[in-house]
This record gives sequence, C-alpha cells and structure tokens, in this order.
Amino acid sequence: MKIEKIVQLLDAKILCGHHRIHDEISKAFSSDLMSDVLTLDADNILLVSGLANVQLIRTAEVADIHYLVIVRNKKVTKDIIELATKLNIVLIESPFSMFKASGILFANGLDPLF
Amino acid sequence: MIELKFRIEGGDFDRAGTASSETKKVLKQLNIDPKVVKRMVVALYEAEVNVAAHAWRGEVTVSVKDHQILAVVKDEGPGIADIGRAMLEGFSTASPKVREMGFGAGMGLPNMKKNADELKVESTPDVGTTVTMIFDF
Repeated sequence: MKIEKIVQLLDAKILCGHHRIHDEISKAFSSDLMSDVLTLDADNILLVSGLANVQLIRTAEVADIHYLVIVRNKKVTKDIIELATKLNIVLIESPFSMFKASGILFANGLDPLF
Repeated sequence: MIELKFRIEGGDFDRAGTASSETKKVLKQLNIDPKVVKRMVVALYEAEVNVAAHAWRGEVTVSVKDHQILAVVKDEGPGIADIGRAMLEGFSTASPKVREMGFGAGMGLPNMKKNADELKVESTPDVGTTVTMIFDF
C-alpha cells in the first residue's frame, strides 16, 4: 500500500517526509509500547502508535522503521518533527483511534506483521 | 580499533538514544552487516533507556575491533537487587512516568540478551550496574 493511500484512508496529514508518499509498504504493527516495538524482527513496516514523543522517533530509528502514524489526534511538537525530518522518517498524524486506524488499514489490504 | 564514548544523564529521556543513533551511523559507515547493526543498536538503546530510567548517570563505550563490537554501559545508580529476576520478561521496577513513555514493560534486559551474542550484567546495590555486550560480525 502506498503512503499516499494510507494518508487518504486515515483522513491524515503528513508532517514530514512528503517526498516519500509514493513509497510502498505491505505490513504494519500497532503499539503504544516501545518495549514491544524493539522486539520486532522486521523492518520497513508502518508503525501505528498513540505516542507522540521523542522516544517514538528514537525507537523507530533503531528499529529501522521509516513510516509512523500517530493516532488519537495527538499533538506532535516541532522538536519531534525536526528529529523525524533529520532521520528521513515519514511522520503522519491521524484523528482516528488506534483501533479504527488499524481496522481501516487491515480491511484495505495492509497485512499485520504477525 | 574504533572507540566511541557517550555520557547519559539519569532522567534525561530527550537525549536517551543519541549514543545508539551516533553508533548506528558509524557502524553503517564501516559497512557492517545491517542485521548486526540493528541487533547492536536495539540492545544499546535498551541499555541507554535503562540508565535514563533507573540510574543517576552513566557512560557508554563502544569499541569495534576484529569482527567484534564491544559495548559497555556503566552507570552510577541504585543497582539491580536481583539480576535473575530482572532478566525475566515482564519483571519491571520502572516508574509510571517511564511507562507513560512506552517503556518499563520488563523487556529491556531480555531483549538485550536476545540481540547480543554475549551479555554480562554486574551490579552492586547503591553503587551501580555495568552491562557488557558483545556482537560478532
């Protein structure tokens, strides 16, 4: 699924990484628990999270995750966007709940990681 | 041999992860297998977060030599009372503040063990903890 389709499906907004909207991903994982994200044996996935903090970006960096959707209408601060931009991470914000966002993506063909 | 050193302050979550980030850049420049780089930086990040979450201050030393990466994360802090229990998945003494940030699920040390080829944890209560990890490539 292309990033631009994800943005459209989740009524979302790209905060940084606009140049990567044509990138394609096939799997996603949803979690607020960075400890769980750090145990994943996969890269190049979409991470859906309700966390809007620096730790989310740092976790994505070390776990080789380049696409993040921040759900629940969390306000993303400038420093978080700056760090994501520096690390070439696509940051997307959606007003939907994690359940709704995950359900829509799954129903439209994005596979779960496991 | 290449050696990198970083300082970590207890409670400073905004900077926790910078050692892992800088180390990742250097390891990539050295053309080390990306799978090894990922294992290494994930384990180092877990260790950094542990220092920020539990200790007063700490120091990270990463050395790369002869197809091996050595990471030593040494902190001054309350130490670990029972290392055996701390190695169990799900055991955690993290504060609610740390949990709100997405950590403190009791997965840190077990995940370091999973990712490192060798892990040694030494701790003295009220003095500090030293985590030593070796990664082969």
